[in-house]
Amino acid sequence: MAGNVSTLGRRTTRINHAVTEPLWVQLSLITVALVFLALFLVVPLVAVFKEAFSKGAEVYFASLVEPDAWHAIKLTLLAAAISVPLNVIFGVSAAWAITKFRFRGKQALITLIDLPFAVSPVVAGLIYVLLFGAQGWLGPWLADNDLKIIFAVPGIVLATIFVTFPFVARELIPLMEEQGTSYEEASLTLGASGWQTFWRVTIPSIKWGLLYGIILCNARAMGEFGAVSVVSGHIRGQTNTLPLHIEILYNEYQFAASFAAASILAGLALVTLVVKSLLEWQHTRDREKAARAAAQQS
Amino acid sequence: MRSLRKPSVIPGFGLSLGFAAFYASLIVFIPLAALFAKAFTLTWAQFWDTVLHPQALASYRLSLGAALIGASINLVFGFIVAWVLVRYNFFGKKIVDALVDLPFALPTAVAGIALTTLYAPQGWIGQWLTPLGIKVAYAPLGVVVALTFIGLPFVVRTVQPVLEELEKEIEEAAASLGANRWHTFRRILFPALLPALLTGFALSFARAVGEYGSVVFISGNMPFKTEITPLLIVTKLEQYNYAGAAALAVVLLVFSFILLLLINLLQHWSNKRAGG
Repeated sequence: MAGNVSTLGRRTTRINHAVTEPLWVQLSLITVALVFLALFLVVPLVAVFKEAFSKGAEVYFASLVEPDAWHAIKLTLLAAAISVPLNVIFGVSAAWAITKFRFRGKQALITLIDLPFAVSPVVAGLIYVLLFGAQGWLGPWLADNDLKIIFAVPGIVLATIFVTFPFVARELIPLMEEQGTSYEEASLTLGASGWQTFWRVTIPSIKWGLLYGIILCNARAMGEFGAVSVVSGHIRGQTNTLPLHIEILYNEYQFAASFAAASILAGLALVTLVVKSLLEWQHTRDREKAARAAAQQS
Repeated sequence: MRSLRKPSVIPGFGLSLGFAAFYASLIVFIPLAALFAKAFTLTWAQFWDTVLHPQALASYRLSLGAALIGASINLVFGFIVAWVLVRYNFFGKKIVDALVDLPFALPTAVAGIALTTLYAPQGWIGQWLTPLGIKVAYAPLGVVVALTFIGLPFVVRTVQPVLEELEKEIEEAAASLGANRWHTFRRILFPALLPALLTGFALSFARAVGEYGSVVFISGNMPFKTEITPLLIVTKLEQYNYAGAAALAVVLLVFSFILLLLINLLQHWSNKRAGG
């Protein structure tokens, strides 16, 4: 196996010139790609930080510790702290059911998991307003019992859960599908209980994929705008998350403060990209190691 | 439960499927069903009046048109980016590769205010376009820019893995049989990549049709001119016209479902290609 691969490598290098483009084509394509990405990704990113510091570091930090901003940061963290763990539990159980068993209705469940990706964020907010709003199906009952979901924190959490619903499950299903059931079966045959097998066999083998899903889920949870905007009611210091706070400041022409708040979320996005790349490289390395081990055995 | 599934030694079927189905129904299925129920509290005549109102029609035209242009821009440039990332080596390639996912990670409101500031008449990019008579911010072109931004990673990320898996032997065979490089690309590579390209295009398009956060800042939100359908839904909601908002949401949802179905068919086709 290993011998085969290396000869293949040597052969391709020898006739390389026939299967690649002339240098000028390569250089122009690279230039086009880099200019496109610079224009659409790098320039907006730089603009966020530039505008945030346009009135100096003092204004920057003052606009972040201001009470409404601080409250928005805390609410954003709270919404993510509730919705991410719930979606992790859902993602793991859905992936367990879908990949370890064969049952009727599996395809329907997979479609249902994908659905929130196809729904506009505005519609995601709207469905909860129609259920729990004053005019909604459960509105009168909630009012009688003095419960508030829409224009309050529970609505924000619900909308956040909806838009981040597929992330963990979507990462885990292909990964666990590929791993199959043989390790779990071996563990159970050797006398481990179901939960022992889950914690000691399954979780270690999916931990990187799980972390990857959590990172993406968290980024979306903290940055969601459309769905949260519909259910929040925009009450300052009460139901404003960080993205909504950015919008209010921007519409009040407080650009420096708005971009200061935006720079926190942009920083979070950059951290997300770094962690995501590290996890991808880790995954590739694990795979290569496994392939090498398999090649040595055969 | 047991009769539903094939026998297996692995435990936890009832618990995991039970919880997953319960949670999915509570969060996704029941609320979406409530939306359809609300929309159909309207009579047929009222429903059609709402969804075929000239203002609604103008918003569909803008939402679909701008999403289509944005997805087409991403189709061309996303393909070039994917090609360059897989086939060539250059300084900083890994960073560029990681950066492609920025639109997935950057909150849409942040993207919205950043793009608006750049393309406003006095902005870094806008100041060069204004003398040429090109208006981007507060014009339909601004919607296209925002939708191009948020759909950017899709084509790159669907084409990239397929391009990596393509066997070089086929290209070598074509070359040794006398095909020049352009010929090999057009007759061998392009057909093999077509399903992935179309999937990426459809995903980018689907994401753009429903987009709200990045567009509301740059578009200017003028009825009949720069008002996208999701914004019209929000406007109806703010006027306490819940049934009207639900009716427009149903239109948007039905459209998304059709796209989702199309994407699944494309992926099926793509997998069959790769397998065969």
